[in-house]
Amino acid sequence: MNWESLLLMRSEIGLLAIILLLVIFEIFSNKKQKASIIPFALILLTINTVIGFLPLNTGEIFGGMFRTNALLHLFKTTLSIGVLILLLQSADWLKEKVITENKSTEFLILILSSLLGTYYMISAGDFLMFYIGLELTTLPVAALVAYETFKRKSAEAGVKYILSSALASGSTIFGVSLLYATTGTIYFDAMAEILTISNLSILGFIFFFSGLAFKISLAPFHFWTADVYEGAPINVASYLSVISKGAAVVILMIVLFTVFKPLIPIWSKIIYIIAIATMFVGNLFALRQQNMKRFLAYSSIAQAGFILLGLLSVDQLGATTVVYFVAVYIFSNLGAFGVVQAISAASNKENIDDYEGFYRTNPRLSMVMMLSLFSLAGIPPLAGFFGKFFLYVAAASKGYYILVFIGVVNATISLYYYLLVIRAMFLRKNPDAIPYFKSKPYMKLGLIMAAVGILVAGLYSPLYEYIFSISNSF
Amino acid sequence: MDILSLFVIVPVLTVLILAFAKNLKQARIISLIGMAIQFAMSINLIFAYIKERAVNNDIMVFTKDAVWFESLNIHYSIGVDAISVVMIALTSIIVLAGVFISWKIDDLPKEFFISLIVLSSGVFGFFISTDLFTLFVFYEIAVIPMYLLIGIWGSGPKENSAMKLTLMLMGASAVLSVGIFGIYFNSNADGGALTFNILEIAKVNIPLAAQNIFFPLVFVGFAVIGALFPFHTWSPSGHASAPTAVSMLHAGVLMKLGGYGVFRIAMYLLPLGALSWSNFFLVLSATGVIYGAFGAIMQKDLKYVNAYASVSHLGLVLFALLMLNKTAWNGAIIQSLSHGLLTALFFALIGMVYGRTHTREISKLSGLMKILPFIGAIYVITGLAYLGLPGFSGFVAEMNIFVGAFEHPDMFHRILTIIVVSSIVVTAVYILRMVGKIMMGPITNDEYRKLPKATWYEKVGLVLLMIPVVIIGVMPLGLSEMIKASIQPFLERLL
Repeated sequence: MNWESLLLMRSEIGLLAIILLLVIFEIFSNKKQKASIIPFALILLTINTVIGFLPLNTGEIFGGMFRTNALLHLFKTTLSIGVLILLLQSADWLKEKVITENKSTEFLILILSSLLGTYYMISAGDFLMFYIGLELTTLPVAALVAYETFKRKSAEAGVKYILSSALASGSTIFGVSLLYATTGTIYFDAMAEILTISNLSILGFIFFFSGLAFKISLAPFHFWTADVYEGAPINVASYLSVISKGAAVVILMIVLFTVFKPLIPIWSKIIYIIAIATMFVGNLFALRQQNMKRFLAYSSIAQAGFILLGLLSVDQLGATTVVYFVAVYIFSNLGAFGVVQAISAASNKENIDDYEGFYRTNPRLSMVMMLSLFSLAGIPPLAGFFGKFFLYVAAASKGYYILVFIGVVNATISLYYYLLVIRAMFLRKNPDAIPYFKSKPYMKLGLIMAAVGILVAGLYSPLYEYIFSISNSF
Repeated sequence: MDILSLFVIVPVLTVLILAFAKNLKQARIISLIGMAIQFAMSINLIFAYIKERAVNNDIMVFTKDAVWFESLNIHYSIGVDAISVVMIALTSIIVLAGVFISWKIDDLPKEFFISLIVLSSGVFGFFISTDLFTLFVFYEIAVIPMYLLIGIWGSGPKENSAMKLTLMLMGASAVLSVGIFGIYFNSNADGGALTFNILEIAKVNIPLAAQNIFFPLVFVGFAVIGALFPFHTWSPSGHASAPTAVSMLHAGVLMKLGGYGVFRIAMYLLPLGALSWSNFFLVLSATGVIYGAFGAIMQKDLKYVNAYASVSHLGLVLFALLMLNKTAWNGAIIQSLSHGLLTALFFALIGMVYGRTHTREISKLSGLMKILPFIGAIYVITGLAYLGLPGFSGFVAEMNIFVGAFEHPDMFHRILTIIVVSSIVVTAVYILRMVGKIMMGPITNDEYRKLPKATWYEKVGLVLLMIPVVIIGVMPLGLSEMIKASIQPFLERLL
C-alpha cells in the first residue's frame, strides 16, 4: 500500500486528525483558552469539508475492506456539511457548557468520532469494517444522549439508547454470522456472488436488516426513538435524526443493492410492507404529539418510510433518489431542529402550544421553521418536494403505483401535522407569545445554511444530475 | 426574456421587493405596481397572441423549452394557446382587482400581499406550463398560500376552513400525482424516451388499459379543485371564511385550475379514458350543478349563497367538458372566464357590504340600493349576468354549453342536459330573491343610512371586473373563434 492509496481515506484521516488535535488542545489548554475550542473545531471541520469537494480517486484498500467512489465520497461530504451546521447550531449551548461544566471538548470529540464511524460504515467493503463503523457511530452517541446527566430524562434516554443499540448490534452481528455460515465470506462482493435464496440466508438477512432498521427507526423497530429524542439534548436528537439516520439509510441502500441483490424478491416485499407501516406509524403518532422533539421524532420516522420507496428501484435512479432525498432531508430537518433549539435556549419552551403567536414576535425564525416544515411536507418549490417526487418516480418506475399512492396519502397526512405547527406560529395570536429574542451569530449562520440548502438543493438541478451521474456503480 | 416567463418572474420580483416594504403604504404601492404590470402584460399577450396566431399554426405559440432535470427528462416548457391566454387575462384582472379590494388590509399587510402574489405566480405558471412536472409544481404553489390567506386574514371558523381546504386539495394533488406518473411511464408506449412534455405525450397512443386506470385519477385530481360533487365540501367553507380578495381569487381563479387541468391533461392526453369514463363523471357533475343550485337557495349567508352557486356553475364547466364536443367545450371555457369574473364581482360586492354593515345575513339586509347606489347597481347587473341574461358573458357561456350538450345524439346525454338546464331556473330564483331582498325594499335598519359610499379603489376594482363581462356578452364572436381554433387539436384526439 502506498501513500496514494492511503489518500483514498482522505476524509477519515482528516477527521481523525481533527479529533486528535482536539484531544491535544483539551490536554494542553487552560480553562480560559478552552473558550476558543468551538471556533477552532469549526474551522478545522470547515477545512475538512471544503477539502471533501476536491476530486478523489476511486478504489479500495485493505484487501477490499475499505473502498470509496465518487458517490460514497459525496455522501461523506454531505454528512460533514450536516455536522458543520449542527455544530454551528450547538455552539452557543456549548459555550455555556464551557463555563459551567467544561465539557464542550468531549461533546465535539464524541460527535466527530461518531461521524468517523459513519464514514467507515459508508466505505465498508466487508462486514467487519461495517461492524466497527457501526459501533464507532453508536457508542459516542450513547454518551451524548446522556450528556445532560443531571437531568433524569437525559440519563434515562441514554440507558434506553444504549440498550436498544446493543440489541440492534446483537441482531446485526447475528445476522452477519448466519450469512457467513451460508457463504463462508464476510466480503460484500464475494458474498453477493455466492448468496442464494435459502432459509438460512433469508434469516441472516432479516437479523441483519433488523439491526439497521433500529438505527433508521423503521417500524416496528422505532419504539425507542421518541423517548430518546425527548430525553437527549436537542442537538443530539438532531444528530440522531439527521446524520446517524441519513448514514444508515445510505448504508442500507448500498448493502441491499450490492450484497443482497440475489435476495431482491425477498427484501423488496419486506421493504414494501415496512415502508407502509413506517409511514403510517410515524404519521399517526406525530399527529398526537405536543412536544416538538417528540413531534420531530415521529416525523422523522415517517420520513424514513418515504425513503424506502426509493430502495425499491434497484438501479441508478433508485440510488440517486435515495442519496438526493437524504441530502435534502438533512437540510430540512436541521432547519427545524435548529429553530426548536433556538427557541428552547431562549425561552425553555418546547411545546407546540408555546409557539402560538411566534411569527408576530420572531418573524425570521418562524420563516425558517415554515421553510423547513414545508420542505419536510414536500411543498414546492422547496427541496423536500423534489426529494419526495423523485422517490415516487423511482417506485413508480417499477410499477409500485399503489405504494406511491399510499406514500402521497401519507404526505397529505403529514402536511396536516406540519400545518399544526405553522398554525400555532402564524395563525394564532397570543399576548403571552415567546418574546422577541436575537439569535446568536453561530446559530444564525447554521440556520442560514440550512435555509439556503432547502431553497437551492431543489431548484438547482445540477446537484441531482451530479448525483445521478455518479450513481451508476449499482 | 420571453413574453411568458415574465408572468412568473414579475410576481416573484414583486414578492422579493415586497419583503423589504416597511409599512402598509409601501406594501400597497409595490403590490399595485407589480400587478398592474402583470395586467398590462396580459393585455399585451392577447394582442401578441392574435398577431402570432396569424402566422403560426402550432398548437402552442411562444413556446420555450429549457432542460431542468436532464436524467428524468423534466423540462421547464412553456407555451400558450387561446385557452391559456384567456385564463391568464382572467387571472391578471382578478389579482389586480383583488389588490384594490384589499386596500384596507391592515393586519400584516405585507405578508397578505406576498401570499396573494405567490398564489398568483403559481396560477400563472400553471397556465403557461406545457410540462406535466412544471405544471404540477405550479399547481401546488398556487394551493399552499391559500392556507395562510384564509387562516390569518379570514373570518369565522377560518382555521378549520383553511385546514380542510388545504388537505382536500393536497389530497387531490396526491391522487393527481399518481395519475401523472402513470402518464409519464406510459409516454414511451410508441417507443422513444419517457417525457413529461404534454405536446410530446399527445402524439403517443397510451394503451387503453392504462388510460382507463389513470384517467379517473387525473380527472378527480383536478376536478376536486373544480368542486366536483361530492368532493366540493372544502369549497363553501373555504369561500365563506376567506377574506374578500381571497374569495375572489379562490372562486375566480383557483377553481379554474380544475377545469383547465381536466381539459389540458386528462382529456387531451387520455382521450380513450375520457370516452370510457365520461358518463360516470357526467352524472357526478350534473348532480353537482343541481345540488349547488339548491344548496344556494337554502343559504342565509351571502358568501355561502355565492359559494354554492360556484359549485353549481363550475359543475357546469365539468359537465360541458365531459360532453366531448366543440360547442360544449367552447361554452365550458367561456363559462370558466365568465364565472371567474362574475363570482369575483359578487365576492367583492359582498365584501363591501360586509365591510360596512358587518353582517352577511340576507335577512338583516334591505334597501341598500338607496344608500349605496354604485355598489347596488353593480350588484344588480352582476346578478342578472350571473343568471344568464343576454348581453352579458354568462348568457354566451350557458348557451354554448346547453346547445353543445343537446347536440349529443345519445338519449342519456339529452335527458341529463334537460335536468341540468333546470338549474337556470333555480339560479334565477336565488339570485333574484337575494338581489331583491338586500338591494330593494325599505331600509329596515336606520344605522345603514350612514353607510359610506363606495371609495375610489373599490370602484376601480369593480369596473375592472365588469368591463370584460360586458365585452364578452356584447361581442362574443371574436373570443369564441379564438377558442374554437385552439379546441380543434383536442377534438382531433378524441375522434
